[in-house]
Amino acid sequence: MSALLEVEDLEAGYGAVTVLRGVSLQVGDGQVVGVLGPNGAGKTTMLRALSGVVRPRGHVRFAGDDVAGKRPEAIARLGIAQVPEGRGTFTGLTVRENLQVGALSRRDGDVAADIDRCFERFPVLGEREDQAAGSLSGGEQQMLAVARALMLRPKLLLLDEPSLGLAPKITAQLFSDLSTVARDEGTTVLLVEQNASLALKFADYAYVLEAGQIALSGTASELADDDQMRRSYLGV
Amino acid sequence: MAEFIETVVDGIATGSLYGALALALVLIFRTTGIVNFAQGEMAMFTTFLAWGLVEAGLPIGLAFLATLGLAFVIGALIERVIIRPVEGGETLTLVILTLGLFIFINSAAGWVWGFNNRAFPNLFGEGNVDIGGVSISVESVGIVAVLLALVGVLFLFFQRTKVGLAMRAVSMNPESSRLAGISVGRTLMIGWGVAALAGALAGMLIAPRLFLDVNFMGAVLIYSFAAATLGGFDSPLGAVIGGWIIGVVENLAGTYVDWIGNDLKILVPLLIILAVLMVRPTGLFGSPEVSRA
Amino acid sequence: MKRVVPYAVLAAVLVAVPFFFSSYRVGQFTLVGAYAVAVLGLNLLVGYSGQISLGHGASFALGAYVSAILITDAGFPAFATVPVAAVVGFGAGFLLGLPALRLRGLYLAILTLGLAVATPQLIKRFDGLTGGTQGLNVDQPTAPAWTGLADDQFLYLATLAFSVVMFVLAARLVRGRVGRALIAIRDNETAARAQGVDPARYKTLAFATGSLYAGVGGALYVFSIGFVAPESFTLVVSFSFLAAVVVGGLATIGGAVFGALFIEFVPVYAGDVDEALAGVIYGAVLIAFMYALPGGVMGALRKLRGKANQFGRGRGHAQQTDGGGAGGIADAGGEPGGGVRAG
Repeated sequence: MSALLEVEDLEAGYGAVTVLRGVSLQVGDGQVVGVLGPNGAGKTTMLRALSGVVRPRGHVRFAGDDVAGKRPEAIARLGIAQVPEGRGTFTGLTVRENLQVGALSRRDGDVAADIDRCFERFPVLGEREDQAAGSLSGGEQQMLAVARALMLRPKLLLLDEPSLGLAPKITAQLFSDLSTVARDEGTTVLLVEQNASLALKFADYAYVLEAGQIALSGTASELADDDQMRRSYLGV
Repeated sequence: MAEFIETVVDGIATGSLYGALALALVLIFRTTGIVNFAQGEMAMFTTFLAWGLVEAGLPIGLAFLATLGLAFVIGALIERVIIRPVEGGETLTLVILTLGLFIFINSAAGWVWGFNNRAFPNLFGEGNVDIGGVSISVESVGIVAVLLALVGVLFLFFQRTKVGLAMRAVSMNPESSRLAGISVGRTLMIGWGVAALAGALAGMLIAPRLFLDVNFMGAVLIYSFAAATLGGFDSPLGAVIGGWIIGVVENLAGTYVDWIGNDLKILVPLLIILAVLMVRPTGLFGSPEVSRA
Repeated sequence: MKRVVPYAVLAAVLVAVPFFFSSYRVGQFTLVGAYAVAVLGLNLLVGYSGQISLGHGASFALGAYVSAILITDAGFPAFATVPVAAVVGFGAGFLLGLPALRLRGLYLAILTLGLAVATPQLIKRFDGLTGGTQGLNVDQPTAPAWTGLADDQFLYLATLAFSVVMFVLAARLVRGRVGRALIAIRDNETAARAQGVDPARYKTLAFATGSLYAGVGGALYVFSIGFVAPESFTLVVSFSFLAAVVVGGLATIGGAVFGALFIEFVPVYAGDVDEALAGVIYGAVLIAFMYALPGGVMGALRKLRGKANQFGRGRGHAQQTDGGGAGGIADAGGEPGGGVRAG
């Protein structure tokens, strides 16, 4: 089975500074894959490269198509949605409008129905439907950001540090909701997280990125048992 | 007393014109963060196009509408061809670029149509209306009506259409917009197109009052800057209300303050700009980010 | 020692100019000198201090009228008016600099734009002093007999002398403590403040100094033209100065000369191509510069020199001699040869 996302020798950086130095990974259809690692390892840069915000060198194949070098709008329209670091909420728009923006590039007529389903799934957002998104709490904004990305009906969902700045209980709820949604919709997930133990609970497979390169990889249970992992990232 | 009211009403009409151009300035600033110093010249150029259409035999109403369409296209093209390559660049580079555009368009108009002035037909016809004992020109009523219609249309556009939503999203967060699959470039083109349309509207309404010549929008630009500054550079509502305030104050000052008379009326917007920037840089309705520009 | 030779050659060339060109041409070069001083002042303000001013023409006009009025009404000898114009310019700039402190970027641009627009009106308003719309005719300086020079040659050399002094002063200012402070403030005001630099003081100083230079330029302009009128000081003048700064190169000293040459000669040559198209060509050239050479002429020269240096060294880093830079505000005064941090 060929993977939904195939990344080969990905290199990317900013100006003269190279952050990713040859990253290769695969994400299978329907999987939840985690990318772990310390600060500054290049995790965010990788997601930005995948979404086309940063121009990469190397190969990125999505559902068989070469997407490296495409513009972000084009990549999004192919079915890759990203929940960026810091959420990227449109603070001046209402919750409903944020969701509508997420669906702006769609041509079908089911957007309104999708929004209703979203409010069913995330009742908190439904309650705040007409409020300015900027007035939501951190956890609610994160939920909104995920919902917004899902409005694209993506095949692949990229998440950049969703737990950042959130209390543990809220984070756990968020991840649980995320898993449910991903399973229901059949969405493939690539999750970048600093919180390794949390990520490994939800991921099927994971990679560890250090200093711009893959240092470790394996199934979630393999990594959870790995000594090096436990010492460096799991605090055990 | 009647004179006072007439002065105020006339000020509101004039202020509507400043507001229309100010709307164009605000639209572009909101969507792209650029202050387009060439906005007035773009309006002038499109007004000349309207004049050309009328001269060619088109009825004024049709020429008016056709010009709005042409202005939209011209504005969109300018964004795509001239502004896009340097978007996001240094503030100063953009300032010089729009100044260069100012000079270019001003001279291009002179090259095509010459530097003499000419008359421009009044869209609303001559004549006055009597409202509650005060005599108001039909033109003034028409101008205010058109401005209000413009504001209404823009409101509906931004709040109720997909393109309008896209534009609001892009102006708030271009990167998130890209990630959602929105073509930021195309959205900006539309923004500039709409702004140019508003500018053309302003030009065609102002031209009958002054003579139509290559420089007629020069002073208007300053007034519109004052209106936008007073209203808050990212607030369309502010642009309109700012325009009215400036129009009224200018008229009152010109009529009742001898020292100012007619020559120095230009000082009114300047002093207002100075006062606003000293006391409350965000203007009446602007958001706090504006003062960090 | 190596640096002196090019300057000596330059000096020789400049001094030789009036003896090899027609009287008309020499007059144009004299005007370039006057403009160069004004443009240099604006570059101090915009390039080194990062404050956008679209109203430089106002200070220029002020200097010109101060000089003109002193010569015609008070019988001042022409060159004696230069220091007066300088002082008046400094004062006016200081007054303008105070409110400017509270304004950022685009707002300052708008306010100064308003000033530029108001200038001709204000001149007309005070017509008792300024001669109003008619303007003032001013006796131009003539060559004293003992020099054996023609009037235009003498005027050129005198303007050159004034210009050189102003340029040298500017260079010293920029390379010294004041220049470094301005650049620090321009690049990161908070950081500068933390290092004990008072932004308010230096920014106002920049305005005052820029205006001083404009005043001197205005006086030199009067000697050159012999006539002032409100129509000589419209918005176009302010635009031109700003264009000259950018075309010459932001945060450079030498750029002022190229910028002055640009605004004096491009309109003339554009007019030669086609009278009506002159403005079109001028605007187009300006726009083209923004795409192709955002660092101005000096920026382009630096890049060329950098490439030439690449043959002699491992890395081709263009040397930044005036604390200026190639590529706009952000680059100027940056760290020389800064290392690249390994990812």
